[in-house]
Amino acid sequence: MKNIDPDNVRVILATDCGSTTTKAILIQKLDGVYRQTHRGEAPSTVEAPFADVTMGVVNAVTEVSELAGRRLIDDRGRIIQPAGGDEGCDIYISTSSAGGGLQMLVAGVVRQMTGESAKRAALGAGAIVMDVIASNDKRRPHDQIQRIRQLRPDMILISGGTDGGTTTHVVQIAELIAPAKPQPRFGRAFCMPIIYAGNKDAVSMIEGVFDDTVDLSIAENLRPVLERENLGPARDKIHDLFLEHVMAHAPGYDKLMGWVDAPIMPTPAAVGSILRTIAEQQDINAVGVDIGGATTDVFSVFDGTFNRTVSANLGMSYSISNVCTEAGMPNILRWVHFDMDERELRNRVKNKMIRPTTIPQTLEALIFEQAVAREALRLAYVQHKEFATTLKGVQQQRTVGDTFSQQSSGQTIVDNMKLDLLVGSGGVLSHAPRMHQTAMMLIDAFQPEGVTTLAKDSIFMMPHLGVLAQVHPKAAMEVFEKDCLIYLGTCVAAKGIGRPQKTCFEYAIRGETIDQSGALAFGEIKLLPLGLGETATITADPARGFDLGAGAGRRIERKVKGGTVGLILDARGRPLQLPADRDICKRTIEGWVTSLDLYPTMVVAA
Amino acid sequence: MATAYTPGLTVTNRITHRCRRVLPIPGDVLVAVGDTVNARDVVAQTLMPGDITPMNIANMLALPPADVPECMLKSKGDRLEIAEPLARTKGIFGLFKKDCKSKVAGTVESISRVTGQVMIRGEPEPVQVRAYLSGEVVEIIAGEGCVIEADVSFVQGIFGIGGEVWGRIVAACSSHDQELTADLIKPQMKDCIIIGGARMTDQAIRRARDVGAAAVVSGGLDDEDLRDFLGYDLGVAITGSEDLGLTIIVTEGFGDIAMAQRTFKLLASRQGDDASVNGATQIRAGVMRPEIIIPLSEKEKAREAESSHPDSELKLGRAVRIIRDPHFGLIGEVSNLPAEPQALDSGSKARVLEVRFDSGESVTIPRANVELIEG
Repeated sequence: MKNIDPDNVRVILATDCGSTTTKAILIQKLDGVYRQTHRGEAPSTVEAPFADVTMGVVNAVTEVSELAGRRLIDDRGRIIQPAGGDEGCDIYISTSSAGGGLQMLVAGVVRQMTGESAKRAALGAGAIVMDVIASNDKRRPHDQIQRIRQLRPDMILISGGTDGGTTTHVVQIAELIAPAKPQPRFGRAFCMPIIYAGNKDAVSMIEGVFDDTVDLSIAENLRPVLERENLGPARDKIHDLFLEHVMAHAPGYDKLMGWVDAPIMPTPAAVGSILRTIAEQQDINAVGVDIGGATTDVFSVFDGTFNRTVSANLGMSYSISNVCTEAGMPNILRWVHFDMDERELRNRVKNKMIRPTTIPQTLEALIFEQAVAREALRLAYVQHKEFATTLKGVQQQRTVGDTFSQQSSGQTIVDNMKLDLLVGSGGVLSHAPRMHQTAMMLIDAFQPEGVTTLAKDSIFMMPHLGVLAQVHPKAAMEVFEKDCLIYLGTCVAAKGIGRPQKTCFEYAIRGETIDQSGALAFGEIKLLPLGLGETATITADPARGFDLGAGAGRRIERKVKGGTVGLILDARGRPLQLPADRDICKRTIEGWVTSLDLYPTMVVAA
Repeated sequence: MATAYTPGLTVTNRITHRCRRVLPIPGDVLVAVGDTVNARDVVAQTLMPGDITPMNIANMLALPPADVPECMLKSKGDRLEIAEPLARTKGIFGLFKKDCKSKVAGTVESISRVTGQVMIRGEPEPVQVRAYLSGEVVEIIAGEGCVIEADVSFVQGIFGIGGEVWGRIVAACSSHDQELTADLIKPQMKDCIIIGGARMTDQAIRRARDVGAAAVVSGGLDDEDLRDFLGYDLGVAITGSEDLGLTIIVTEGFGDIAMAQRTFKLLASRQGDDASVNGATQIRAGVMRPEIIIPLSEKEKAREAESSHPDSELKLGRAVRIIRDPHFGLIGEVSNLPAEPQALDSGSKARVLEVRFDSGESVTIPRANVELIEG
């Protein structure tokens, strides 16, 4: 990493090289504050016939350059550095998910313990985990070997055993991988990078198992004792090998690596980095989601613990058919307040899958796609909750007092009541015609409880800021606060189930622009005006059996943030239950659509 | 972005097509540059290392792993047959010896004194790559395969299932908008590439498989019928490895939709010719569409004009197909290209174009929802 004097940085250029699009943003210091000023994009050029990622970078930067009226590319096609007058930039950074991102195979001894720790390390480093091989994954050894032979990962992470513990099992896992001779995805002539991050006493035995057809690296044990994970060294090693092997073999990346002022990061790792920084600095719990065409990434930070999951086949175009299969068509249609022909819908879904770039033209098509998005997000969050758990296999010390509250290890750490900030990004959320629709998709899918601020990353700037945070944290934070997030407002939702028409909670809201009080019956949802930059104080008294964060039936008083949508009071209950009867369900959804003014009224009546 | 519409699929009467045929692992290339090959000819072959079978001798003979090497009757690299003794305990005073017999035939690959595990590599499996395209070998990729070139008629479909097949082209429908029903499929269509018109029915698909047809190509297919035929609901469009005894190619999309007239005319005009067909579809980075390749004879080469490759720019007068509802599947020409984004019925704003149909009616469509049609 180059030495950069943060005080002398005036212009920052950042790119994110995706599989299809390369996005560039320009950040400039204006009146002493860093702001994102211009953005541009161009098709990515990783694949043939171009096969040089820098061409897409230059095209995207050229667009920024034209919009900003600032020369950023010199006559040789290189980025001009440092900034001087009206040309060049002081810092240039980049992330990458081109070529399908970083794809890894992980292995551990016990699937639920070292296997999961290895998976967490790989996901946290921004990888897609293709499979987890473990001694107890219920596959016979030769089936496991067959599977390893079929996959073509970019690298393999092996973990297993606590330091000082038995070495046999982890060596056995290595012995399955060695004869399978896994082939790397890129570059047939290169050796498969394998990281060993298991029992340190087994290092020499592991070295003896592999020959020189693989490139073996050793990292600290990621589970040195059962009670503690040590994912940092393995993650760092993954990043190093990502740059040395995967990036170095991807077309044009050797050139790009020479241009950047900080190591190129996998896009999801950069998003995780900025979310962690925000949660830490503001002392909050946060969840971020990026719903794409093929996959949905969920990031969470609860009580300082970061987790990331990739739901590989939940997405809005390439994977839309899979969402319908996994959720089931009735679960999708329950969010639609009019009848649709299922046969025609199934054909429409498949047509979207085979022509993924099309967009909904009619309101009916938009409502259906947003219904699919709710289910994709819901399923991705379920998977995330199942993965983001306390460590499994940890011995619990119990006292007599725990008799009635025994909790086993491996409980989810995702607690919607403790969630402070929910950030959404990805086409279906970012490009919804009304931001109310974005807010409702997030609420319906994630079902936040208590008081939760909602926001969206409108142009998916978080990856750029994640890398920037490594070289210039101040600039990254200022841009994140001012330009990255668009605050939609705040959701106040009661946990619990009641009877229709019975009071769920009473509220009083006081602020500079608002002074309202009232009560919500169970099943209702209400939108109150509270604009961008405005705040108010809400005092709410939940009825018996309902919880707003202070315990069942107990009053809360909290400061709430306004936004482009406003303040949403949600008395529909948690967990959110939709009526099983289709006609009643349609009427219920129609009521919610009207309350939130989600769609034009002419269609609501349809 | 420079373009906001989908470039169309290739449908051309004559094109010089190149096909790269490589082995999954290094092996022998059996052809040379300049050779003329038939689609069914083997052009490269190799032996894939056999399957690995692990046998934990320490567990099977109740030995400490470190003692396993001393008890082995076979060494690393030795061949052995099924049920052949692989290891034997030393017994007590030379008595009560216990054998461990091999579960598979193969070669001992490794013996571990850490885990007591022995790996046996099974017999190598031959892997062959066929030419797929009848034509001339124009390049050899040393140790991997070759590139074959031929002048062909070439049609890309939008979606398919099933892998590479070869056969004679036979038209079952008489027009591009005739539904392909079971009664149109005859026993003499065995090993043929059947050309339909509009939607192929589930009965027609089953009948085609029953008569032993190589492939069916038609305009549309119902998702429900696809699910019934596959036996599962297809989640993502990555296909080609299905082994259902029939390759299916859809040229336009899902639902009641007629094959584009131009595509039908081209395929029907090639009746009786041999074609190579591949249903493999991959709609992710590195898009792969199903294809029908029909090599041209010398006489046809002289007759068929080289297909013009119109630029991929969206211009007034260009023929386009609408690829999303409403108006899905309709074909018209671009009659207006407003520069400014316009509000759609969905409430979104997007760049649009106007499409005029033969009937004279015009509709406004987002540019993302049309694809160019060549020719």
